[in-house]
Amino acid sequence: MSRKVQQRFDVLVVGGGPAGVVAAVRAAEAGVHVGIVDCNANLGGQIWRGEAKHEWTRAAGWISRLRTAGATILCALTVFHQPETGILLAETNDSVHVLSYTKLVLATGARERFLPFPGWTLPNVTGVGGLQALVKSGLPIRGKRVVIAGTGPLLLAVAAYLREHGAEIPIICEQASWSSLARFGVTLFGQPAKIAQGLRLTGQLARVKFAPNSWPVAVHGKAAVEAVMISRQGRTETIPCDYLACGFHLVPNIELPLLLGCEIQRGCVQVDDFQRTTVREVLCAGEPTGIGGIELSLAEGQIAGLVASGQMTAAKELFGQRNRARHFARTLDRAFRLRSELRRLPSPDTIVCRCEDIRYSRLSQHTSWRSAKLHTRCGMGPCQGRVCGPASEFLFKWNPDSVRPPIFPVRVESLVALSSEPELECSEVSGGHK
Amino acid sequence: MLSEIVVTVNGVPVTVPSGATVTTAILLAGKACRISVSGEPRGPLCGMGTCFECRVAINGKPHCRSCQTLCQQGMEVRTDE
Repeated sequence: MSRKVQQRFDVLVVGGGPAGVVAAVRAAEAGVHVGIVDCNANLGGQIWRGEAKHEWTRAAGWISRLRTAGATILCALTVFHQPETGILLAETNDSVHVLSYTKLVLATGARERFLPFPGWTLPNVTGVGGLQALVKSGLPIRGKRVVIAGTGPLLLAVAAYLREHGAEIPIICEQASWSSLARFGVTLFGQPAKIAQGLRLTGQLARVKFAPNSWPVAVHGKAAVEAVMISRQGRTETIPCDYLACGFHLVPNIELPLLLGCEIQRGCVQVDDFQRTTVREVLCAGEPTGIGGIELSLAEGQIAGLVASGQMTAAKELFGQRNRARHFARTLDRAFRLRSELRRLPSPDTIVCRCEDIRYSRLSQHTSWRSAKLHTRCGMGPCQGRVCGPASEFLFKWNPDSVRPPIFPVRVESLVALSSEPELECSEVSGGHK
Repeated sequence: MLSEIVVTVNGVPVTVPSGATVTTAILLAGKACRISVSGEPRGPLCGMGTCFECRVAINGKPHCRSCQTLCQQGMEVRTDE
């Protein structure tokens, strides 16, 4: 039987990436009781993964402020349900947590968008951020040949990181065109920090082939990747490699905001100037409000933390910083828009839903996400459509925007532990009769 | 803190650096994490806990996301074979 833990917070933050950490810091420094929960073993999220141990980093600075301010840090905890307003349920491998809050800040981050093409289910085809996360978690990459493909600024950053750790990068395939990238490059001139970052990357990536107008067409291999065929400026070529790291920019994690009833438009959580969602006492910051990168996450996170702890004037002082970061985000969005040719990458027998092994030919017979789900079980496996949902959204222009609890698969013990809780049982019954 | 940790993957000892995830141990052992419903071998995709492709049994508990779990001394990891 799982251990059951009950905790109550003035401000509860879900998500331990940059937006969540800075929200928790600004709220905790005001003296309110703050909890921050994350499913990873450590704070930092994806972008700050592993950085907190180096004390000169921005990540370490914020996380040390968080500890000094006395926030309760709850790592390796997955939030899976809201049984009633003001209460979230989360589980670890051996416990269930009942987390009550007065104000909630959602900083659930983003994940990579994956697109299907023949061979993409072979082992050693990973996400771009995915491979970086694996290397940061101890995977040796020295001497390995890694083709990097997809779209977005992450491709360059991860290429530089992998090269620094001894990987050979034969090519970076960026689906965006030169002209689109040039437009992106030009607008970098309003962003000194980004320019410095760009120059540093250029130095690290000297002699790495960077190919715009290029994308993966198929992966070859028996037990794992052996080579990838790419389309480059209209021609195909085959490149032997040990890994294909492939991701098509990012999609916001909106499952929890959706479950709570927050209004979503075009895949993003709608917030007002104070980062408040359409649900009372629930705020949202960072990538779920629209993919914008770390500077925007830091501005939005701080505003959300200040507002959640009643510091409206201090929050207003950050509006300018947020607006500048937002401008950059809109530029990113335009520069890395996905080209329509990518819709034709899957062959009829290419798997789209990896959990249930549903192939493209079966999905293409349907006219909506709902119909595909009901008839094929697409999106109904353990990932609950987190991979095939964004892929289908692009391939078929479907709108996968409904969730039901639990938003992550949970252990049966977690559900059993709950049913032994009298008040929770009552609230479920009354909810069902309304 | 130990600088190296030994776990077993399908009964075979694997040495990983301290702080490594179970996914790392599985990849070092040269194993796929799971076999899909139509029989394909699968390895980790997202590396951050959303895709569930890396799920394995850890100390007898099935369906654990190996990328979200840190290796601990003596841990028993079992993949689909």
